[in-house]
Amino acid sequence: MTAIPFPDEPRRRGTNWEKWGWIYMRISGVVLVVLVFGHLFVNLMVGEGVKAIDFGFVGGKWADPFWQWWDVTMLWLALIHGANGMRTVVNDYTKPGTVQRILKGALLASVVVLIVLGTLVVFTFEPCPAGSPADLLPSFCAA
Amino acid sequence: MPDSQARTLTAPTPAKERPGGTLYRGREGMWSWVLHRITGVAIFFFLLVHILDTALVRVSPEAYNAVIGTYQTPIMGLGEVALVGAIVFHAFNGIRVILVDFWAWATRHQKLLFWIVIGLWVIVMLGFTPRHLINVFSH
Repeated sequence: MTAIPFPDEPRRRGTNWEKWGWIYMRISGVVLVVLVFGHLFVNLMVGEGVKAIDFGFVGGKWADPFWQWWDVTMLWLALIHGANGMRTVVNDYTKPGTVQRILKGALLASVVVLIVLGTLVVFTFEPCPAGSPADLLPSFCAA
Repeated sequence: MPDSQARTLTAPTPAKERPGGTLYRGREGMWSWVLHRITGVAIFFFLLVHILDTALVRVSPEAYNAVIGTYQTPIMGLGEVALVGAIVFHAFNGIRVILVDFWAWATRHQKLLFWIVIGLWVIVMLGFTPRHLINVFSH
């Protein structure tokens, strides 16, 4: 058997974005398993689960930088992971052209908007807004 | 219709030539891919909504509580079981994909790994579903 010679293709220059996308999906995927499972366990399994979630519950969590960073990391990793997955789906079911560009543009725009929005919400959150009834707020607001 | 007559009308295809009998189509690998794609798209659209509803904490406690209250209704409670089921499958099957990519043993045993994913999914859902539904329906 003779080895098949490599074709004389010119070496591609620049960053191989598809390769880095492939690597990103795997690294972010592993981290997201931990972050999302932790998120689901604390919010749905502990105590009364979904019935306990209200403004006070969120305020109590985000009073701790640990949960702020947990949620912001999850926000960035999950949105980029999801959008890149949706990009693959768009590539599979559309031909290059206007429709494909519009769909990918919509993905990019929604992800950028939601990452900015979500990050601002987590870090500018006011757990004890003035004028709100105390029974809607985290217990530490009264102190 | 008698079997002999059916054979004269439709050309019978030997089992090994049917698409379902090939290495990929209709087999574990295909279903792993199909379920990964469907659950991924579903989770993505939920994520978009979930970030927007959580952002309501920046509007007012009343606005957030009103919307999050709809997550605690029986119908949404059942929807959360479906959502968690999709996430747990996507997570375990994603780990399977990584193992198949990087580990020769896993590449050879990708069918077994698919059934391990299904088994782990059943175990996690048996743990989650009763507890969640009790929370949704009993308080």
